[in-house]
Order: sequence, then structure tokens, then C-alpha cells
Amino acid sequence: MMITLTVNGERVTRHVEPRRHLIDFLRLDLGLTGSHAGCEHGVCGACTVRVDGEIVRGCLVLAASLDGAEVTTIEGLTDSGEVADLQEAFVARNAAQCGFCTPGMVMAAADILRHHADADRAAIREHLSGNYCRCTGYQAIVDAVAATLSERAIHTPADAGRGDRTQEAGR
Amino acid sequence: MKWPALGYLRASSLDELWRALGDGAQILAGGQTLLATLAFRLSEPGTLVDITRIPELRGITVTGGVLRVGALTRHAELGRDALVARHAPLLTQAVPHIAHPAIRNRGTIGGSLAYADPAAELPACAVALNATLVLARAGGERRIKATEFFTGLLTTALEPGEIIAAVEFPLAGPSQRATILEVARRSGDYAMAGLAAVLDLGADGRIASPRLTFFGVGEGPVLAKNANAALEGRVLDAAAIAAAQAALEGDLDPPADLHGPPAMKRHLCRVLLGRALQSFTPATEQAA
Repeated sequence: MMITLTVNGERVTRHVEPRRHLIDFLRLDLGLTGSHAGCEHGVCGACTVRVDGEIVRGCLVLAASLDGAEVTTIEGLTDSGEVADLQEAFVARNAAQCGFCTPGMVMAAADILRHHADADRAAIREHLSGNYCRCTGYQAIVDAVAATLSERAIHTPADAGRGDRTQEAGR
Repeated sequence: MKWPALGYLRASSLDELWRALGDGAQILAGGQTLLATLAFRLSEPGTLVDITRIPELRGITVTGGVLRVGALTRHAELGRDALVARHAPLLTQAVPHIAHPAIRNRGTIGGSLAYADPAAELPACAVALNATLVLARAGGERRIKATEFFTGLLTTALEPGEIIAAVEFPLAGPSQRATILEVARRSGDYAMAGLAAVLDLGADGRIASPRLTFFGVGEGPVLAKNANAALEGRVLDAAAIAAAQAALEGDLDPPADLHGPPAMKRHLCRVLLGRALQSFTPATEQAA
């Protein structure tokens, strides 16, 4: 069937098989290989992307169901500069080793930056608990997210309206 | 594993849905369980019928003295909804226990109830809150109590051609106390043992209408009849908690599973019961 959707700001129309999940659609049909296909049954989080502004498991979404949707992948997030500071913190703290989980980890961490600007280390761990990393033991990843949060808190007054949906999300 | 070949249809109204349902058709809502079963080849539906754009299945309202939650309500929506927080706070408390944020953004209450995983939170909450499910079919609908809806392991009273349209929860009164507790090996995992506890606590400290409902320890949500009877009308104190824990033995028949033997699950349930009731005691509330 034909679907038309927006991926990283670009309108794309493609024929998809109904059994195609979003990650294979992104990787195989669109060549966006930043999102990784890991367990392919919703456990590991490597395939985390945004659909209509909220993070989802790319392996648990049918591409066919996304006609009209807006999808953002790690490529789009990177190009927008939204998480440039987070990505620098990942590098500075060696929060990526093999790098397989990193795109999903950054997508999930970006969700913390947007919705939970006051998250402490426990809240960061809880939020990232659905993203598996088999290298770092998570410590460096949590460090990177916590450092980014505190840097942003220093450089942006709390009432400046960054993270426009923080209050709406409420958690 | 890649998914089996299948068809896909989107129904944009209930009328379209009734026409689409037939042999080999499987309803697709949030897909957070169903699509994982496709990856394991545990299910091979002929056609997935996507109901996520049917407006009649959406929305959270208070009407006719009940909180009505549309079947397509996503867990994340449930968790941040003000009407839910006010009228069924147990549900608000339950949401953070359900899987992970990315899954809560897609998974729906109707899907969770229809799948009826014995370790899932929302089926237990529906039983604990004495909810009523609204089941729709071509040409009509019927209502069924959550206690009668869950009929066994992953099985429900849904008949072919029927779907869950909404769930109706009685409005919580000011004396209601509710909490949900669980023990899981990792955050976001299904519970090894869990408890959705709801009761009314009068100004005199007496318990009324307790509905302790355990999950992850049977073929479905387990309403603890003996423990509830042991609590009814009693002042909530250490003796009442001990009496409920003793009575609980008769309520549980947990199967051994990957996590451990039945005795371990019984122990966890006693611990959860103690913690839940302790959290309702006046001293705890004052300290909090």
C-alpha cells in the first residue's frame, strides 16, 4: 500500500508491505540507518524514534499505519541541533562504547530534556530503563544526561519557556 | 524474526470496522503486545484491522456518574489526565509501572484489557476498581463487570465480532484509599507479583468494601476474597493487617514460573499486602 508521511521534515511517499515495521522502513526503504534494529520485539530500545512528537519503539509500529504521521529519527534530531550539547556530553564522558544503543539512547534522553527538565539521577535511570546498553554499565550515560540537564538549567532561566511541553506532560 | 506476511486495513469508523471484521482479521490498537507476538510468530493474523483512528473509541469523560475511558486511551494519556487523577487515582499511580515511556506512548487501555496478561497492571486495576467494560458489536453493545470479563489465562469474555469500546470506572469518593505496588526484577518488566489495593476508610478508621486484587500470581487478576472479608468492617491496624495476611493463603494458588516457586509468590503477596495496608494507616498518612 502507498503511504505519505513526513520524515525529518521531508515529505516522502512510498509503497510499503503491510508487514514492514517502521525501523525496516526507515533503514531499508529510506536509507536512514541511524536507527538500529536490535531485538525487534520491543525490549531493547535501540530503535527508539519520534512519531508525532513522542518517542516510540520503531519495531512495534507498522509503517503502513503511519500515513500522515511525522517521524523524527536520530538523523533529524542531530541536524536540528536540538541535542548537540547532549551529544557532546556523550562524547566527553565516553557514554558510547560500541555505539549500537546510542541512537536510541539519545532519542530517549532527548525526551527527558524536553519533558522532565528537573529529572534527578533516579528519574533519568527510570526513564532510560527501557533502553539497553551492554557496554557502559549506564553510569557514563546517566552522567552525560545529568550534566546536560544541569548545564541547560544554568544557561537557561527556568521560566524561559524551553521545553514547551514540560508542564503539559506533568511527569 | 521478521513478521509473517499479512494484510492491513484501516477502519475510520465503527461501521467500517464491522464490515472489516471477519475470518482471520485481528484488531490492531497500540500494537505494543500484538506486534511483538508477530515478531515471535506467536500469531499469524490474516489481516490487521487498525482501529486507532476511530473517534468513537477515544476520549475520557465523566458522564452518568462514571469515569468513562475510551478504549484507545494510551497509557501516557491515562497517566497525565486530570479527570483520571481525580476520579480514579489508582490508574494514575499504575501508569509508571507499565513498561517504558516509549511503549506507554503507544499502548492502549483497551488493548491491555483485551490481551488480559495475568501480570499486567490495568486488568488488575479494572477488577480492583470494580470497573465495567463496554463491549461493542455490529448493531449494539453490552456491559460486563471486569470480574466477569477475565475468564482465564489470556482469555476474556469477548466474543467474535466484539471489541472493547470503553471502560467505566465508579468515581472515587473522598474516603477511598488506593495504591498499586509490585515487585519486578527490572523497572518496566512485568511484575513477579503485584497488588492493586482499593478500599474505603471511614472517619472512624473502619474499612469498607476492600478490593485487594493481585496480579502476576494466577491466570488473571486475583480478587482476594478471603483477605477482603477479613478486612471488611475492621479498624485498620496491625491486627487487621495480620488477619488479612493470614486469610490471603486461601486466595492464592500461584503457579511456579521463571521467577520462582509458588511459595515465593505467596511470600511476596503477603509483603505487598502489608505494605499497601500500612500505607493507608492514619499514622503513615500523617507522616507523609
